[in-house]
Amino acid sequence: MSELEQFRQETRVWLQENCPEVMRQQAKGFEDIFNGGRNPEITHPDQKLWCDRMAARGWTVPQWPKEYGGGGLNEEEVRVLAQEMAAIGARPALTSFGISMLGPALLHFGSEEQKLEHLPKIVRGEIRWCQGYSEPNSGSDLASLATKAEDKGDHYVINGQKIWTSYADKSDWIFCLVRTDSSGTKHEGISFVLFDMAQEGVTTRPIKLISGSSPFCETFFDNAIADKRNLVGEEGNGWTIAKYLLTHEREMISSFGTAPKQSVGQIALDNIGADPSGRLSNTVLRHTIAQYQLDSMAFGATMARVGDESKAGKGLGAASSIFKYYGTELNKRRNELNLAVCGESGLGWEGEAYHEGAISRAWLRSKGNSIEGGTSEVQLNIIAKRVLGLPDA
Amino acid sequence: MALVLNEEQLMLKESAAGFLAENATVTHLRALRDSNSERGFSDGVWNEMAQMGWAGIAIPEAFGGLGYGYTGLGLLLEQAGRNLSASPLQSTVLVAATLIGELGNPQQKEGLLPAIAAGQKLISLALQEASHHAPQHCALSATLDGDSYILNGTKLMVLDAVAAQTFIVIARISGTPGEEQGISAFLVDAGTAGLTVERRSLVDSRSAGALVCENVRVPAANLMGASGSAWAGLNRALDIANIGLASELLGVSIEVFERTIAYLQERKQFGRVIGSFQGLQHRAAELFAELELARSIVLKALHAIDDDDPALPLIASAAKAKLCEVAQRATNEAIQMHGGIGMTDEYEIGFFIKRARVIQHTFGDYNYHLDRFARFSGF
Ligand SMILES: Cc1cc2nc3c(=O)[nH]c(=O)nc-3n(C[C@H](O)[C@H](O)[C@H](O)COP(=O)(O)OP(=O)(O)OC[C@H]3O[C@@H](n4cnc5c(N)ncnc54)[C@H](O)[C@@H]3O)c2cc1C
Ligand SMILES: Cc1cc2nc3c(=O)[nH]c(=O)nc-3n(C[C@H](O)[C@H](O)[C@H](O)COP(=O)(O)OP(=O)(O)OC[C@H]3O[C@@H](n4cnc5c(N)ncnc54)[C@H](O)[C@@H]3O)c2cc1C
Repeated sequence: MSELEQFRQETRVWLQENCPEVMRQQAKGFEDIFNGGRNPEITHPDQKLWCDRMAARGWTVPQWPKEYGGGGLNEEEVRVLAQEMAAIGARPALTSFGISMLGPALLHFGSEEQKLEHLPKIVRGEIRWCQGYSEPNSGSDLASLATKAEDKGDHYVINGQKIWTSYADKSDWIFCLVRTDSSGTKHEGISFVLFDMAQEGVTTRPIKLISGSSPFCETFFDNAIADKRNLVGEEGNGWTIAKYLLTHEREMISSFGTAPKQSVGQIALDNIGADPSGRLSNTVLRHTIAQYQLDSMAFGATMARVGDESKAGKGLGAASSIFKYYGTELNKRRNELNLAVCGESGLGWEGEAYHEGAISRAWLRSKGNSIEGGTSEVQLNIIAKRVLGLPDA
Repeated sequence: MALVLNEEQLMLKESAAGFLAENATVTHLRALRDSNSERGFSDGVWNEMAQMGWAGIAIPEAFGGLGYGYTGLGLLLEQAGRNLSASPLQSTVLVAATLIGELGNPQQKEGLLPAIAAGQKLISLALQEASHHAPQHCALSATLDGDSYILNGTKLMVLDAVAAQTFIVIARISGTPGEEQGISAFLVDAGTAGLTVERRSLVDSRSAGALVCENVRVPAANLMGASGSAWAGLNRALDIANIGLASELLGVSIEVFERTIAYLQERKQFGRVIGSFQGLQHRAAELFAELELARSIVLKALHAIDDDDPALPLIASAAKAKLCEVAQRATNEAIQMHGGIGMTDEYEIGFFIKRARVIQHTFGDYNYHLDRFARFSGF
């Protein structure tokens, strides 16, 4: 038996023994996903148990090095673990911005001390992180940000406001873009700092979304303190780190575009019925669904191709630049179709009959996919300029 | 199979690009058109292609081919699309050789495949009968008479009809149009009495034709496969053919897109290059995204042939439908973004849009294949 096969066998047995039953059922919406933190929100005690068991092996973040608390698994082992988890329907034990965004940036730009300090706590789900990038006057034009950090020797004093900070009210720490110097161009003078949200100078105010939930906040800094040990990279070099992190954020968001288990075509058949030839009886809707499913399949093939190319050492090709744009637009199309094929039941907002509005709320939430992490228009600008080489206006 | 090209395939792609860009370009196609070429391609260039092994690229080595598989042939067709290279690569190599491989008996394969691989035999499929691709509606009749069959009926859209030495004629032996059962394929030599080839002039300046059968007598030995049971083999060959055509459409689309981007970077209006206008930038970027999807689905489909993927019918229709859509958008945008000059015959963009529409139509267009894709997807 190859080493990988042995790893698979052992993993299978371990998962069977350690993954609680409830954690083998699909999460019921965003609220049911475990994000960790000092005061974790849980819908079931087994969420914590599952996270702790996985974290003990570093498997909440299996690809990170062991010295930082990760699983130290190679790419193939990570894939095997994912396959074995999928085989029993196991949920991810922990989902967080620490894992998907800050971690990769720290691994790349952080000091040894910073990695040792912050990464293990992310792996164990002890500290929950939020992202302080956008400001009221700096959205797409992120580099124009104005939140100010004053140098006070061993620490910075921070004043200003962030907005759209997802889960700021539930997070323990923030990775934040601040201006340490305003004398140069807008891209210069930005720094990337980390600080604790549990301090007097930080307040958050939740913003309610059209989907009814309040996942993000206005975040105010009034003489908030950031220790200089938590300046990542050099002072004034934050833009490079910010962009690197954004590529990871976009990767995460674009994965929403991959095809779900039950196809829209199937749901439509169940709700609307077929004609004698077996075709969905509404032919106009059928056409739209077919277009969506075709694009979804071609997008999946593109993700696979880019993955295979990078495995073959060809680097991340130009195709990866389309992921955020295309994946989020696809997800919006799918949600729009979901609403169409479900009809009345898709418009439900509250009540058990409507699963508390799961369909309509997911549809509304999907509208944000092409805004968060850089809007679709900004992605198209990037493709036009960086990939196609078209000149600035 | 990983969705990447191996070294051998990359080399093939490069050498094909080099050869075609030199010997079979739009300039050559224009010259063929303007000289009213009956055959629609250059025999000299075709001989050179055959010498490089292209005529047998996907034919197994046992039958004198190179055995590179359809991924190899797809790469050639993509390059043919980029250059609008006229040759029997589609009619004989992609379609006829595949169909013979699917339906032919051992003698037929022995007799025909090595000759095709050597570039000595041109064969064309005669399938379509009405305005649209609808293979099960085949009505051309084949009636058994002693030890031969008598064929009566008309075929359209026969590629390279003038140059073909042999036709594979799809005919109905029993049943009624619309039924899959009762359809057969016959090998019919071009000189057979009662057979007339009419050259038809299509928008793409390639050579196609109509085939009229009036009491054409064909020996029973020329029947391919069991009587009335050609449907499955024909379908598989058509799936493969459509994936090949999708490869060619990919080449057409990439080429017009690259030419358009180059034009956006050089043409100036309002005191700056037009590529700096966001109204054009976003459309170009969206098209770029669609082209990346097109590349992926074509490669996936070519691998599906070579890997004997049971989902081939669905994947083939997906690839053809997607590429019809992308090629249509790419060629339309190319003309639009070139402004007035794109409308001229002197400029080459027009040749691409014309060729694209003919390939799109051949063996089922976007509407046909999106419907088929949906059916195979279960709705
Ligand atoms: C669900 C959600 C979660 C979020 N989470 C976070 C978070 O955790 N942390 C954080 O910091 N931020 C977060 N954001 C904020 C997000 O990054 C910004 O909303 C986004 O960058 C857009 O900025 P804006 O809202 O100011 O829109 P604007 O920049 O004002 O854009 C308005 C419109 O103008 C278009 N536009 C702007 N510039 C151009 C241009 N140059 N060319 C063409 N069109 C243009 C945009 O595409 C958009 O359609 C989140 C947003 C959402 C919706
Ligand atoms: C069939 C036909 C008949 C014609 N008849 C006549 C006639 O009788 N008399 C006559 O004088 N002219 C005539 N014209 C010329 C016609 O008016 C021009 O072709 C047209 O104005 C476009 O100019 P152009 O060809 O130089 O393209 P360009 O201006 O170079 O445009 C190229 C592309 O860039 C785009 N573009 C240009 N500027 C911008 C911008 N600011 N923002 C976004 N996109 C931009 C255009 O929309 C186009 O897609 C005719 C053209 C045709 C095709």
